[in-house]
Amino acid sequence: MSSWERFAETFLNTKVMLKYLPDILSGVVVTIELAALVVVTGIAAGLALALLRSLGIRPLNWLIVVVVDLFRSLPPLVVIVLIYFGLPSVDLSPSGFVSTWLSLAFVLMAFSEEIFWAGITAVARGQWEAARSTGLSFGQTLMSVVLPQAFRLTIPPLTNRTIAITKGTALGTVVAVTEILGQASSAMSNSYNPSPLLMGALAYIVLFFPVVVVARWVETRLAWKR
Amino acid sequence: MNGPIVDARGLHKHFGALHVLRGVDLKVAERELVFVIGPSGSGKSTLLRCLNRLEEPSAGRVVVDGIDMLDPRTDINHARQRIGMVFQSFNLYPHMTALGNVTLALRKVAGKSRAEADALGRAALERVGLGDRAGHTPGQLSGGQQQRVAIARAIALEPRVMLFDEPTSALDPELVGSVLEVMRSLRESGMTMIVVSHEMGFARNAADRVVFMDEGAIVEEGPPAAIFAKPTHERTRAFISQIQRH
Repeated sequence: MSSWERFAETFLNTKVMLKYLPDILSGVVVTIELAALVVVTGIAAGLALALLRSLGIRPLNWLIVVVVDLFRSLPPLVVIVLIYFGLPSVDLSPSGFVSTWLSLAFVLMAFSEEIFWAGITAVARGQWEAARSTGLSFGQTLMSVVLPQAFRLTIPPLTNRTIAITKGTALGTVVAVTEILGQASSAMSNSYNPSPLLMGALAYIVLFFPVVVVARWVETRLAWKR
Repeated sequence: MNGPIVDARGLHKHFGALHVLRGVDLKVAERELVFVIGPSGSGKSTLLRCLNRLEEPSAGRVVVDGIDMLDPRTDINHARQRIGMVFQSFNLYPHMTALGNVTLALRKVAGKSRAEADALGRAALERVGLGDRAGHTPGQLSGGQQQRVAIARAIALEPRVMLFDEPTSALDPELVGSVLEVMRSLRESGMTMIVVSHEMGFARNAADRVVFMDEGAIVEEGPPAAIFAKPTHERTRAFISQIQRH
């Protein structure tokens, strides 16, 4: 047996791959569900916090900053474990799926709040003044003038963060979520062969590559003519 | 003639320890063009910004077109429609076309339909000589054109007063003329204007009254001929001779 054949036998074992393909695919479905939930709720919550913060109510802003800094400094895995094993002590028993979703959503919320906030504050003061001088209210100015400009600035850092955090769905294995990595590693231990792991890696690429491409497209679409 | 359209009394403004306005009284009659001059830091811009409450006066009273601007019951967004403002740095919305800039407040504040707003917006752009630039974004326009769009944005709301905060200071010299031209035609149409600027030639030709400010107070005021030819105060004299030296 040549060394290449040995490699193929170990990592590209077609028999093993075919056998565990359905498991990996079901993992893909779980990962997509989890990622979609995390992205939608995390970014929506982050935007909501940034908008709240722009109202400039001081005690509220302190609270937002504390919460955001907390979730930005904690490793997502720690948050998952805390929610999964900690909440049952207050009579709440979230599943592994829900724990992972909530944890990653909180972390994405924290990072995206900071990104949105940075975008909002980066819009020149004169934009606010010009809009307010024509009689637009605070909210109208925010919605029609400031946010469209802020969003354009936030797209690149936001997609980076979003991808980084949604890849964290793999951490769900720790609390028995049957997403891609979970399926791949149990397939690996059942078959004594690491080929399923390679399939898992491939699944991640197939899943996240389009996201990166779409993000790039959105960036160019949002850039205005200079 | 009715009472003054702008009536500011005893205006004070503090920025922390800085006392920027120290009791300013300014009355402006309808159709009057008042030119405010003075060294930088004398409070000219702050005075303008207190008139539409972009800056909250620390004390005093501002009545514009019969509306008490500082009364908490006043709908400030409604009141601001009657007071157009043009800024030194144009402050056009970069993500919108010229027409979008001009029509935003028409739709959102004045409650016009898109068709109505577009018609009014195009008419306003026409008035500043930019009818053919409606679809351009600010980045595609020269500084002078941008400032004229900013003027169109303000006059589209048919304000009773226009405030100009150093409208030509950020422009290349060859672009200043086109903006002053628009201001001149606005003046001829009977618009009440308060202009903070260093364009002394324009002041001499177009202003009804020149107000000289220094250290947060009005030092003296009068017709341009009088202020420029024989100012009575030493500080005014020093400022005018300084400016006319170049």
